[in-house]
Amino acid sequence: MPVDIRTPVPLLLTTGLAKSYASPVLSDVQLELRFGEVHALVGENGAGKTTLCHIIAGLRQPDAGEMRLDGHIYKPSDKRAAEQAGVRIVLQELSLIDNLTVAENLFLQQLPHRGGWIKRNQLADAAHEALQKVGLAELDSGTLVRQSGIGQKQLVEIAAGLSQRCRVLILDEPTAALTVADTKRLFVQIRKLQQTGVGIIFISHHLEEVQEIADRVSVLRDGRMVATKMRGRYNLDEIIRLMVGRELGEAIDRPSTVNKNRIAFRVENLKALPVVRDVSFEVRPREILGFAGLMGSGRTETMRVIYGADPRSSGRIFLDEKEVSIRKPADAVKLGIGFLTEDRKAQGLLLPKPLRMNITLARLEDEIAAFGGWLRRSKEIEIAEEWVRRLSVRSSSIEQLAANLSGGNQQKVVLARWLYRDCRVLICDEPTRGIDVGAKFEIYRLLSDLAAAGKAVIVVSSDLKELLALCDRIAVLSAGKLTTTFRRGEWTEDLIMSAAFSELTKATQTN
Amino acid sequence: MSAEIPSESPEPSVAVVTPRRRKSQTREIIENSFGLVVVLVLLIGFFSFQTDHFFSGTTFQAIANQIPTNIFVAIGMTFVLIIGGIDLSVGSVLALGGAVLGVALVQWHWPLWAGILLCLLIGAICGLINGALTIRFQLPSFIVTLGLMEAARGATYLVTNSQTMYIGSVVETVDNISLFGLSLPFFLAIALVVFGQLVLSSTVFGRYLIALGTNEEAVRLSGIDPRPVKLAVFTLSGTLAALGGVSYCARLSSADPNAGSGFELAAIAAVVIGGTSLMGGRGSVINSLFGVLVIAVLENGLAQLGAPESVKRLVTGAVIIVAVIVDFYRVRRADRKARAAG
Repeated sequence: MPVDIRTPVPLLLTTGLAKSYASPVLSDVQLELRFGEVHALVGENGAGKTTLCHIIAGLRQPDAGEMRLDGHIYKPSDKRAAEQAGVRIVLQELSLIDNLTVAENLFLQQLPHRGGWIKRNQLADAAHEALQKVGLAELDSGTLVRQSGIGQKQLVEIAAGLSQRCRVLILDEPTAALTVADTKRLFVQIRKLQQTGVGIIFISHHLEEVQEIADRVSVLRDGRMVATKMRGRYNLDEIIRLMVGRELGEAIDRPSTVNKNRIAFRVENLKALPVVRDVSFEVRPREILGFAGLMGSGRTETMRVIYGADPRSSGRIFLDEKEVSIRKPADAVKLGIGFLTEDRKAQGLLLPKPLRMNITLARLEDEIAAFGGWLRRSKEIEIAEEWVRRLSVRSSSIEQLAANLSGGNQQKVVLARWLYRDCRVLICDEPTRGIDVGAKFEIYRLLSDLAAAGKAVIVVSSDLKELLALCDRIAVLSAGKLTTTFRRGEWTEDLIMSAAFSELTKATQTN
Repeated sequence: MSAEIPSESPEPSVAVVTPRRRKSQTREIIENSFGLVVVLVLLIGFFSFQTDHFFSGTTFQAIANQIPTNIFVAIGMTFVLIIGGIDLSVGSVLALGGAVLGVALVQWHWPLWAGILLCLLIGAICGLINGALTIRFQLPSFIVTLGLMEAARGATYLVTNSQTMYIGSVVETVDNISLFGLSLPFFLAIALVVFGQLVLSSTVFGRYLIALGTNEEAVRLSGIDPRPVKLAVFTLSGTLAALGGVSYCARLSSADPNAGSGFELAAIAAVVIGGTSLMGGRGSVINSLFGVLVIAVLENGLAQLGAPESVKRLVTGAVIIVAVIVDFYRVRRADRKARAAG
């Protein structure tokens, strides 16, 4: 790491930071932020950028390591403490309160008041000033946040961060929802702050932006800081290579047995604006098609739209080359399309209910029920026990509540529901998120078996290595468009990452 | 996670499934009702010792013939609460059903069966409106049914000209058919409780109700359209409320425009005492029956003790709160047991 000898004490220095949840998220992270520096943090999805920022901003506590602010030990117990020390974060997820006005949101922690009565004029003036800084002068600060657009919300959020005095400002993907013009305005403000000595940590997936604004770039990979580069001493390809890394992990070699003669499932020019802009692809029997892309590239949204869970703007869907109409999930399931959701707890499981009920849910009508809709109890027990055995769900009995299983076993239970449903096409959104390695491999095996049995399988994943190991082809989404589809053997991680960035690059260049 | 896992796919390990003795369904239901039965027995015991006449056939007969209306309403309410909804309109729908029955019998001289059918139809339509509005505009059922509670009451006043309408002996036949001094509505109510419990615990429809109340999004994404199920539940609740209207009219031989006011809250109280969750996903029709019984025994017992209305309401209120707290601990203990088993 290059050391600037003119400023012996950095503004912020972290050493040996570590944090793990089920598995290590950060290990031995060193980050140095100087006075008046814009320091960009880049890395793949799940590399640990957000966790690192949350620790610096006091939102989470590190397991090990120390932080120094201005040379003094800095150990914020919560967000409030960090703010008192002068460290502020503008969060990636919008944390505005929808039913309050823009002005109230901006100054929520210190509303100007006399005896509890808000001083409206003073508040409006202060808000106007703060909004001007982010180019939102035309926005009435009395507007409810709910009524403003997503880009405006993001700018309000940034304005809230800028309006408070601070020494370290963390911007976690501030430009994700901004137009190019807004981004430019934001950069002007960042440069102004920079001149007053504020240190800025800037996270972005838009590498061109990083190149433009950052004095230094640090690359995180799998929770480790792999490099820090000075402005002008790197090119984008190099950064992408550093982000992806070289080691090819635990590959499961799956012989490709794709049925090339038939197409099981085809999607044509699917759109659900503004997120899904143009997606066309096909899947064949015995094929596993992967979907790669950055956070916010519209992968989950695409799958939800295909499945009928969300409305679409346009696009056609074919099953066995016959056009089908899917307007709700029930239609999709009737056609033999299953959907393993990314959030098993919120969208998949009946947590306080036994495994039995969770497994048989999608097939009560046609399999478990006898005439008149009466459930055949013994049949249900038999089915549930069979699937628990087949998928090696570790549980005390089929009457155990789903809430009391580990993440991996919960995922197996939801998967069992779909395997039992016997779909022709199974869409799996992040099938291995948050589960341990052992369960991961079991799920890979199950998906491989499913494909081998003649089904078409679609896997959306943020874990590129997982896709590389599992898939016959990988489709890459970038900013809502399907940009490239790679065949096994054609792909490299660099190529896939470049494809994932491609639409973002275009947007920056054309403007 | 430090466990070493081989990098190739592991042997499909044998799942640790210890097949334990599974309870039969009936036993499960009885076990769930045990606490309430104990409470009921204690209450009856208490009032029997405190008063001279409580423990008598007359008292039990009176209670049995008084509660069918409440039971009908409570069955519907149980279903609605299980899917995470609420139906505040039942009291008004009951009155409207009764009023329509009265008009049909007295003014139009319809036969009894046709009047009852029309009454049930009106109830079903009210429920359908509740369900349709809740689903179509994704409104909380609290608001929709609150609206219908007012509207149906207004309609009742219109139909009856705001006056109690004497129906007479035609409708009394319903109540007069009896066995061992117990009326037809009582037997019908008990039969419906049993049937309702079976529907809840042994049919696809019942399973969907529980699943919907637990996690509607998961159900929808499992390919089950929640809308027809919800519609059916509200329609059922309206129909049962109207059936309550029939038994109410039969007992009083007249249609009262103010009938059923406050019944919605009494029904919710009974259902909640029976352990059905206001959050949805959990409930029992049988226990709702016990809930109705607990309230009825309390009211009758306190009346025989000579307690004034004020005391009756204080005690009933306290019982509701205590029942919910006890249920909170019961569920928590059951969860802990399940976790220990896991």
